[in-house]
Amino acid sequence: MNTQILWFATRGAGIVSLLLFTAVVVLGVMTSVRWQARQWPRFLTAEVHRSIALLSVVFLAIHVVTAVVDPYASLGWISAIVPFASSYRPFWLGLGVVSVDLLVAVIVTSLLRARVGRRVWRAVHWAAYASWPLALAHGIGAGSDASAAWMIGIDAACIFAVVTAVTWRLLAGRPSADLPAVVAAIGRGSSREPGALR
Amino acid sequence: MADVLRLDPIRCDGYGMCAELLPELITLDDWGYPVIAPGPIPDRLLDHARRAVDVCPVLALRLQAAPAARRPAPVPTAAGAGGR
Amino acid sequence: MTAPAALTRLLAGPPSQGGAEHLDAHRARLGKLPPVRDRREIVPVLEASGLLGRGGAAFPVGRKWRAVAERSAGDAVVVVNGAEGEPRSAKDRVLMSCRPHLVLDGAIVAADAVGANEIVLYVGSEHRDAHRALGRALAEREPDVRARTRIVAAPVGYVAGEATAAVHFLNTGDARPTFLEQRPHEAGVGDRPTLVQNVESLAYAGLIARHGDAWYRSAGRGQTRGTALVTVSGAVPQPGVHEIEYGTTLGEVATLAGITGRDASAVLVGGYFGGWATLEEVLERPLDPADRAPDRIGFGCGVVSFAGPETCGVRATAEIMTFMAGQSAAQCGPCVFGLAAIADATRRLAVGAAAADDLRRIDRWAGQVAGRGACHHPDGAAGLLHSALRVFADEFARHQARGRCSVARAAVA
Repeated sequence: MNTQILWFATRGAGIVSLLLFTAVVVLGVMTSVRWQARQWPRFLTAEVHRSIALLSVVFLAIHVVTAVVDPYASLGWISAIVPFASSYRPFWLGLGVVSVDLLVAVIVTSLLRARVGRRVWRAVHWAAYASWPLALAHGIGAGSDASAAWMIGIDAACIFAVVTAVTWRLLAGRPSADLPAVVAAIGRGSSREPGALR
Repeated sequence: MADVLRLDPIRCDGYGMCAELLPELITLDDWGYPVIAPGPIPDRLLDHARRAVDVCPVLALRLQAAPAARRPAPVPTAAGAGGR
Repeated sequence: MTAPAALTRLLAGPPSQGGAEHLDAHRARLGKLPPVRDRREIVPVLEASGLLGRGGAAFPVGRKWRAVAERSAGDAVVVVNGAEGEPRSAKDRVLMSCRPHLVLDGAIVAADAVGANEIVLYVGSEHRDAHRALGRALAEREPDVRARTRIVAAPVGYVAGEATAAVHFLNTGDARPTFLEQRPHEAGVGDRPTLVQNVESLAYAGLIARHGDAWYRSAGRGQTRGTALVTVSGAVPQPGVHEIEYGTTLGEVATLAGITGRDASAVLVGGYFGGWATLEEVLERPLDPADRAPDRIGFGCGVVSFAGPETCGVRATAEIMTFMAGQSAAQCGPCVFGLAAIADATRRLAVGAAAADDLRRIDRWAGQVAGRGACHHPDGAAGLLHSALRVFADEFARHQARGRCSVARAAVA
């Protein structure tokens, strides 16, 4: 295949992946803080989060496959799966590989959520927070367009979106009710057992 | 074969998405936790019920084949006339 | 009020004030347990006896043992439930303290009948006499019994005695109820079929193994056969644990406790899982779990607590609701928030500072919490509240409307 086309596909799909991935992180935060608006119910956030995640996998696949198949890039399949095994910028490329590995774990555990159980699913899902900055760094370090003004603009916008979302998540504290605290407060109010026998 | 909805009240964290997707059978109480209408799900609502089960972020909702709607055995009470 | 017939089975023998009965006295009085091969075949006898569980649910004991036996491969576990977290109940700790060998007999028979190789005595950590008595009693037993039996201190708390909570504690150290697909008789302690049975139920089972089902059924006045322990407390001259025939009326129990005339006006039957009734309406009602009359009073865990005219029903309700709210395992939203809201509102009512629609709202909340937790804790609280709202209706109305209490005879606020 024309190596130019493959190269454009790799770059384009990579950039779209980053944008979609950024949206997924933001929507994930919005799900966990139970955000809603008058015309936007909570379930919609959860469902769009999942749809975009699956869509980003498609673009990620295009990005990886076109890069490996491109004879000019001289990457083997191994370097797409095993981090830091490539000959071209092994460190920056490797970050991308780690990011993909983490993402695959998140996707697989999410699809098999009922089987793996909540605790495992949650632990792996938190890995997604690490996956995103790795993907961003991979783009900046190994991306062909990294120094272009428009690409810097895109990177900045994505960083802004994720930092805002993470800050929101941290400020929201425990989105779910702290049931033990509520019960403990009652306990403090009245510790006497009514009618208890000595 | 009728299905029933079964909620794990320990897992449930009051996200309330199930009530948004199946308002015919699920409402929210004063504190945002789901109140599920008992009994088998009408056929026309089965797809909506499956969607509600899928969306729950904590997997608290489940579809189960009736009649095994599993709850602890009922406890007889000493409540007087008009009991509960 | 007539005096009830004396019918002691568990409490037969030396008086309870004398401390625990030792093994030799126990055997002198009752003889040895039947041989193992008879004990293994005891389930049909228990089913024929109609013995009901004494933990509060009155579930048929024989049926429960059969369910565990069917699933056991010789590896089942018997959990002897002596947690007794119900504040107004003392029957279990009295039984464990005074007749520990009756409890051990029952546990041994259960282990043989269901195919268990482990017995756990799950005793409320606050019942220190019971711990001591059972420890000494166990030391008197044969080596093979001692080898497969251990005593565990159950955490203090109302829900710690719930069956799944007990199993959960033994598995993980966490005494909170669970909501698992599999019930304890299928997969409990160590994932093995587990029998969780109240100490009193086991004590009767042990006696049935000796004397047979016909003997057990020879007592009882109504549909439910046999005798049971009740804890009488409250505004009574002689509180304590008594053994009565099923079908004994509440009036007879009042006489047992030394009540005459107008000492008491209301009675709480069944503990915090039961309900209130006015004494007048239940004097002639039998204490019988099978009583299905519309004005039945139930039995629960055998608590009979009398309230005198100096008790404000609203205040008593507020105290109990606050206790129940504070005893929630804090796992389920409706229980935590519902009981907290009810507790706050009843407290406001008790001190005469009720909000405009507090009374209406607590009734609504009680309806909202029942059946929506992982265990029956909110159900019990809601049932008790409903009965209190009925029995003390006038008092509640007075507190809500005018902030006045007929007992305190002044504004309460």
